[in-house]
Amino acid sequence: MNPTPETVQNSAPKITVRDLKFFYGDSLALKGVSLPLHANKATAFIGPSGCGKSTLLRVFNRMYELYPHQRAEGEVMFDGLNILDPGQDVNLLRSRIGMVFQKPTPFPMSIYENIAFGIRLYEKLPKSEMDGRVEKALRGAALWDEVSGKLNASGLSLSGGQQQRLCIARTVAIRPEVILLDEPCSALDPISTAKIEELIDELTDEYTIAIVTHSMQQAARVSQYTAFMYLGDLVEFGETNHVFTAPRDKRTQDYITGRFG
Amino acid sequence: MERFASRRRSSAIMMGLSTGVTAFGLVFLALILGTLLWKGLAGLNLAVFTQMTPPPGGKGGLLNAIAGSLAMTSLGVIVGAPLGMLAGTYLAEYGRYSKLASLVRFINDILLSAPSIVIGLFVYQIIVAPLGHFSALAGVVALAILVVPVVVRTTEDMLLLVPAPLREAAAALGLPRSHVILKVAFRAARAGIITGVLLAIARVSGETAPLLFTSLNNQFWSSNLNAPMASLPAVIFQFALSPYADWQQLAWTGALLITLTVLTLSVLARWLSASRTNK
Repeated sequence: MNPTPETVQNSAPKITVRDLKFFYGDSLALKGVSLPLHANKATAFIGPSGCGKSTLLRVFNRMYELYPHQRAEGEVMFDGLNILDPGQDVNLLRSRIGMVFQKPTPFPMSIYENIAFGIRLYEKLPKSEMDGRVEKALRGAALWDEVSGKLNASGLSLSGGQQQRLCIARTVAIRPEVILLDEPCSALDPISTAKIEELIDELTDEYTIAIVTHSMQQAARVSQYTAFMYLGDLVEFGETNHVFTAPRDKRTQDYITGRFG
Repeated sequence: MERFASRRRSSAIMMGLSTGVTAFGLVFLALILGTLLWKGLAGLNLAVFTQMTPPPGGKGGLLNAIAGSLAMTSLGVIVGAPLGMLAGTYLAEYGRYSKLASLVRFINDILLSAPSIVIGLFVYQIIVAPLGHFSALAGVVALAILVVPVVVRTTEDMLLLVPAPLREAAAALGLPRSHVILKVAFRAARAGIITGVLLAIARVSGETAPLLFTSLNNQFWSSNLNAPMASLPAVIFQFALSPYADWQQLAWTGALLITLTVLTLSVLARWLSASRTNK
């Protein structure tokens, strides 16, 4: 049984998932999930390890296709098109739905190139304009002040938190519509985490955000909607303050109060 | 306490044994290198690099052999390394999970451990015999065939070491497969792949058997790829087996030159891969 999403005023869904099933080989990892991602809102996915939240996130940009024996069934509507449609241009899709990963993954090149690299793929810009775009992206990720003097240094020379913000900048730079964050703070210290959470808040002005997190506090702080998943099912979906203060399902309550299995 | 003492005892025995065996191996290595240096250095002079291989009793050097080795080795690597890199890229990237790739990987492993004399005979059959004469070109082909499996293996291994999240991150930006490989995976694996090519050069620069069946040898200077060409290993083979002292001396010197080249390449490869892991 899937809970019906609560309707909230003035936020049309950017992405609508309907009866999504996901298979790793023969094993069923998502057992028919339905939910919306509301435009310009952050939706948090919480649940114990193995509940399928990361799997769900990787369906949105078809990241799972890099590996054999993984497939998705159902419907994921994004601006009137089904993401799972084999005719979808995956690269175009991924340029519209960006992703930031658990571990920071700067490319082995300079800070500047880390960002310009992705832009160059879609647009031919003169140097001055490119400089502007790189700066804007770095400012957008609250990193500019720390790296403006060393744009030619290797991206790998930055600290973990800076690397993760560089990855966010890189994602933002190609102007996606949706940003997927897969436990973006799990490898970071509390100060870097706070910076990134602040950033996520700002990003919702322009982007639709989906974030997987193991931290209940983080979900409560950064998201407007929360989805609680368990063993491949969506147990509860609703506005974050409802889910956290008045969960409808016993399992949700047990999980957010830390009493789970 | 009793058990602790016996553990220390057996640890000391094992430690002693492994140190002893290591020393045993190193002694022979040192003996070989020492003899080579001793005998090789004695004949090392400018003439070695400026004069052709002499007839018995005459004065001469190894110029044509050195030039031939350089030419055939570099051509072999220029032909073989790109093929190996492409195949290694296929194995690690496009075909990573395919049946064809596991077949190719299996065959490549066989090729990697095939005795080089077999490769020499193979090239003899397909090039030398039909053309009716030995040629440098056949030598180049034989060396290229030896280079390919080494480079395939190292390229694949190095690309497999590129962390999956880095590839995912590149794909997540909407980069097409070819860009993910060329701009990100290759960049991350660059030092390792170059190391593989250096090791392949080191491997083939001392090969004798495949050249004896293909490029044979040449007493004189030749830059004709369609004719037999001298090479250091072939000259060493011929001169070392001869009864003439001056030829034997040149063979020692040639062996020293090859050894130093291989040593330099190996050190370079080590240094490169160390700089990769330190990054």
